Amino acid sequence: MDAHRILILGGGTGGTIVANRLDRLYGASARITVIDRDDEHVYQPGLLFVPFGLADPDEIVRSRRKQLRDRVELLAGEVERVDVASSIVELASGSTLEYDVLVIASGASLAPEETDGLNGPAWGESIHTFYTLEGAAALREALDSFDSGHLVVDVIDMPIKCPVAPLEFCFLADWDLRRRGRRDRVEITLLTPLDGAFTKPVASAHLARLLEEKGIHVEPEFATGRVDPLARRVHSWDERTIDYDLLVAIPVHQGPAYVTRSQGLGDALGFIPTDPHTLRARAGDNVFVIGDATNVPTSKAGSVTHFEGQILVENVRCFLAGEPLSASYDGHANCFIETGFHKALLIDFDYVAEPLPGRFPDPRLGPLPLLAESRLNHLAKLAFQPLYWHVLLPGHDIPGVGPEGPSADSAPLLAARGVGA
Amino acid sequence: MTSRMLAGATVEVDAEGFMLDAGQWNEQVAEEIARENGVERLTDRHWQVVNFMRDAYLSDGQAPSIRALGKTSGVPIKELYELFPKGPAKLAAKVGGIPKPRGCI
Repeated sequence: MDAHRILILGGGTGGTIVANRLDRLYGASARITVIDRDDEHVYQPGLLFVPFGLADPDEIVRSRRKQLRDRVELLAGEVERVDVASSIVELASGSTLEYDVLVIASGASLAPEETDGLNGPAWGESIHTFYTLEGAAALREALDSFDSGHLVVDVIDMPIKCPVAPLEFCFLADWDLRRRGRRDRVEITLLTPLDGAFTKPVASAHLARLLEEKGIHVEPEFATGRVDPLARRVHSWDERTIDYDLLVAIPVHQGPAYVTRSQGLGDALGFIPTDPHTLRARAGDNVFVIGDATNVPTSKAGSVTHFEGQILVENVRCFLAGEPLSASYDGHANCFIETGFHKALLIDFDYVAEPLPGRFPDPRLGPLPLLAESRLNHLAKLAFQPLYWHVLLPGHDIPGVGPEGPSADSAPLLAARGVGA
Repeated sequence: MTSRMLAGATVEVDAEGFMLDAGQWNEQVAEEIARENGVERLTDRHWQVVNFMRDAYLSDGQAPSIRALGKTSGVPIKELYELFPKGPAKLAAKVGGIPKPRGCI
């Protein structure tokens, strides 16, 4: 039998995990090709630390090639479009690639140009972002010389990658300004289109309390319509205005441009309609989607991508073996939330269970407390980077941390109490 | 979840007043929900948005976000805010008898 032709678009977290797991599963009986436009794999959780001098840009970037097993091919190229009906990917160079299974792992792109006034001459001067490597490095310089005034963090629209990162940025800015003795001269405001600090009610209340304790003002339901860089003013669609001295914007996110060029593949924002449990694209039986590229209703976060990886690989195996897809993703996500002062908070949730207080990964023994600030959570967040490169990307399991979310733990308990399955 | 009377029919709603069963909805229910939320009369432009939201939800299981509405409904975002003050996606979903848009997690 010919080797299975598996094509993976994107060599980031999801593409790398899937490529390495599939390679271990199939060996020489699959030909696995990853396409990406460059050889720079960024450890995205590290971006948050760059503006505060807690990480250097070159510490968080490694070669994509070196994260992939030897047999996996990494092809440099720009995807022009996917022809789902014919199972062909066209590259911008004009060459075409046929596949038996396509895995889309292209993530989300930033689109500052979607917001009037955002990416003009003030971009990189009084308007910054920490969602790119260059942006985070430029913001570090801007914060260094920021002595007084109004620091505004603006979440322009959802969905965004790592929805807690803007909160973490506020917490770290508060800490950074305090340790430099400038906090009393700086006002910090978070603009969010959400009706609170976070979407899940219990976690949102906890986070709102923390923000208040730290003197960070939140402007909820603020949907940014445009930015006036000359007046240094943000306008919401419903005509509210906020003046800033330094604006840290989280630009609008969308799917990669090739999705929009591929008929029937994506939605209006370029994300890919995906079955939330099997992770198969609605557009085709032999197309699977992982990570930020999907439209599944959970956070766009590395932990999600990691948990999805295991499920997706099993379903690709089922598909190629002609079996029904047997693995089911439950929306499991967990995130460390840096709160400054060497502390962090941890949240754990899925499609059904919202983040609640407790312990992780063992519900009784922990050792990490959920939804509570602790030094241990901060140390765990720092310890995660080596784990990312050496355990997660090669596609190994992390002991005690599986793809099943908290509702899997409580299901037998609820059933025992006579609560519906 | 609670039951309430709207335009002479019993409908199930959540704590924020979003209908839980899109099948219990009709145009009179929509008009009453709109009035309760400060939209006195539903014009053709309102209906264009409401029907678009409902169709999207019934075919995809998800209501579009404001940005997606602005790109695909034929009504620009500025006008969406004039038609449905405060939160157009939320209010249009409520009037259209579909669950609160999750938008974002």
